[in-house]
Amino acid sequence: MADISKKTEGLADLLLGSEAIGRGALEGGVNVVASYPGNPSTEITEAIRQVAEKMNIYVEWSVNEKVAVETAAAASFAGLRGLSAMKQNGLNVALDFVSGISTSGSKGGLVLVVCDDPSGITSTSEQDSRPLARSLDFPLLEPGTFQEAKDMTRFGLELSEKIGRMVLLRSATRLQHARGRTLLGALPDENRKAHFDTSKQYVAFPSLPRHVAAKERMAEAKEICKDSVFNVYEGPDEPELLIVTCGSCYLYALDAMNLLDLWDRVGILKIGTVWPLPDDLIKTHMAKNSRILVLEEVEPFLEGNLKELAAEWAAEMPMPTFYGRRTGPLSDTGELNPDIIITAFMEILDLTYEARPPAYDQQAKAMVEKLVPPRSLALCAGCPHRASYWAIKNAEVLDTRDGFVTGDIGCYSFGLFPSGYSIMKTEQAMGSGPGVGYGFGKLGQFDMQQPVVAVVGDGTFYHGALPALVAAVNNRSNLTLVVLDNGATAMTGFQPHPGTGTDAFGHPAEPVLIEDICKSLGVRVEIVDPYDSVAATQKVLEFMNDEQQGPRVLIMRQQCALQMARSGKLYEVWVDQEKCVGEDCGCNRFCSRAFKCPGIMWDAQAKKARIDEAICVGCGVCAQVCRHGAILLKPLSAAQGKDS
Amino acid sequence: MTKLILQKDPLNAIITGVGGQGNVLMAQLFGRALTDKGFAVTVGDTYGAAQRGGPVSSHLRISKQTLFSPLTPSGQADIIISLEPVEALRVLGGWGNPDVVVVSNTRPSYPFDVTSGGAEYPALADITAAAQKLAQKTLFIDASEIALQMGAPVLTNTIMSGLAVGLGLFPIGVDDFITVLKNQFDDKKFNLNLSAFQKGLDLAASKGWSD
Repeated sequence: MADISKKTEGLADLLLGSEAIGRGALEGGVNVVASYPGNPSTEITEAIRQVAEKMNIYVEWSVNEKVAVETAAAASFAGLRGLSAMKQNGLNVALDFVSGISTSGSKGGLVLVVCDDPSGITSTSEQDSRPLARSLDFPLLEPGTFQEAKDMTRFGLELSEKIGRMVLLRSATRLQHARGRTLLGALPDENRKAHFDTSKQYVAFPSLPRHVAAKERMAEAKEICKDSVFNVYEGPDEPELLIVTCGSCYLYALDAMNLLDLWDRVGILKIGTVWPLPDDLIKTHMAKNSRILVLEEVEPFLEGNLKELAAEWAAEMPMPTFYGRRTGPLSDTGELNPDIIITAFMEILDLTYEARPPAYDQQAKAMVEKLVPPRSLALCAGCPHRASYWAIKNAEVLDTRDGFVTGDIGCYSFGLFPSGYSIMKTEQAMGSGPGVGYGFGKLGQFDMQQPVVAVVGDGTFYHGALPALVAAVNNRSNLTLVVLDNGATAMTGFQPHPGTGTDAFGHPAEPVLIEDICKSLGVRVEIVDPYDSVAATQKVLEFMNDEQQGPRVLIMRQQCALQMARSGKLYEVWVDQEKCVGEDCGCNRFCSRAFKCPGIMWDAQAKKARIDEAICVGCGVCAQVCRHGAILLKPLSAAQGKDS
Repeated sequence: MTKLILQKDPLNAIITGVGGQGNVLMAQLFGRALTDKGFAVTVGDTYGAAQRGGPVSSHLRISKQTLFSPLTPSGQADIIISLEPVEALRVLGGWGNPDVVVVSNTRPSYPFDVTSGGAEYPALADITAAAQKLAQKTLFIDASEIALQMGAPVLTNTIMSGLAVGLGLFPIGVDDFITVLKNQFDDKKFNLNLSAFQKGLDLAASKGWSD
């Protein structure tokens, strides 16, 4: 990750969309940044964190998104500038407070960056966050380029301070995870002091008069944004077709227009201030165009708002023909890309286009079909979650009551897929493993006989599991909760959480241990190493069959395998080729087929298993899996050090 | 002599591999070197949970004038550089065309689907033959083996970078890339990467394209 403070004003840098937002925050004089990690938003806060100490910026990875926005808001109330970044799911967690600050207003510049994930590439939804800006009266900025990502963040902080309302900046995966040339601006030289003006109140009640005030502030925002440099038209004066677009679709549209050579025929109006809209600018262009194609991710938000304006102006101008995600030809789901837009142009403008000769196209596709194997995502070699799921799966088989797992969000979501034995049967939101598990635990009066194991990661435990656990104590829910504790927020890049004992900068912090929380609630809690397959299986079985009323918590504790890959193998692992009976014994490649660790390979020619030393992290679990004792272990110094 | 011209505008390169192989960093370093030369560069990374064994591609779009989108339209790759052989084919299938050039490492990284016995990994000879059929020219090199001999498999991407610079695939010179390497790494890592880069340059001088 680049040092976003290094280069000075006027220089060009190749910045990630995330880094550009980070740089924009620095240029906008941000003082406090509080976020919760989640793709594709994580790198914004990471980029700022790297330079924060030398720039006297407070950065934290908050316990969850609601606390993150509250932390940034406190800075705003004290006259500082604050920013909080999160993914779309996170906005939902923060929403109650976000709704409240919509009514109460704020003081110092406050920007909430929400990063949506069209197609849900690393998310449980492709939720479009933009309609919230309209329903809660927040200005909404949507960058179409890396430059805009930077400039809009700075502008957002300024706008927010001017109108006393939080500003939403909406980015998306394709911009967040791409790098582009960005011209840098100046870093401010201002040292704000925190002071709360006690003659003021930032409160959400009484709500109606405050809602009226919010509408007035939005009218101010509309006035400020109506001639914004973020709204740009390129193209002929009266094109055959007008594109109206925002966000990451802008660059796709340019690609499509270049490939089809449409610059004489098609105009493109890129809107950056997506709410409130620049009505006058839109009116000027709508009056000149009878056909309008709206390109946006993902819901027809802009399309709907444009149609609403067109309806209002129906007496003054003919209603244009609209194309978009609601009207078609674009789908109302999934991320757009240049190819989809090319196809839309072909349909609307009756064009033909071949990306490559048809015979070549057929050959290329047939080649992939014939030769290229799929590359499914899988838990890493040696992942303790695999070991934990192996133990839970074995316990469920031994138990024979058709048990299942309720789970949620993290690397351990791979429990949905073959790599995690498809063991997880419900998965919705952070903390919903324990929450739904709690609910199942209350179904005894309806003769629910199946044992339910709720799983939650260590980071997620603090983020979203505590209310369910408290409720389980209070209401005596029959909940077996397994905490898959790998000592990190591993999925998003090892950010600290309240149990790690470090803050965002790696400095010591007061650790709040999961076992201590459970003990304080009077909950039975034990810790087991999932690498010890037999003990872990026994423990799960015992917890599932615990007759006492109320919840019990089993912590399966073992460090993330990515960390272990760095710190050294516990064991040297190899397959005794004499003992390995391959497919012949009835085990039918039990280790590679059933246990599925990518560190175990099936050598089809020799008909034997072998260990891929480049991938194996030496956890030693597979040696307990092989029924023939063919997988052998030799403890290495890391393991010996651990035992002593 | 390396020619420092942009052969096409935009020049579309896709640098691909498997999570953890370092192709994202490799694309980023090329992107930096090109940005320093004044080109308008976009680098789009297409990855999901990349560290968990999935394919990862970086789309490098290089222009003299304007930024292009982080996703290359289908069939529009000019250059494919791959750190893993079947990933070269995967990208060729979607973005290849009769004029594309392919440079690939030959060391397989077996997908989970293959190690767990559900899918087959093709023979290297079949991979190179398929690539030769679909590309204008190809070059397959066991860069991982050279990296292993140097004692660090992670150097594969830097060897491949040297190869790409030596072949003149990008409008940058040897020194331009060395500058970004120097800015990226501390002294010890820089020296290792510099010798890996040099190995790549040597390979470019000694190995020819297959048609």
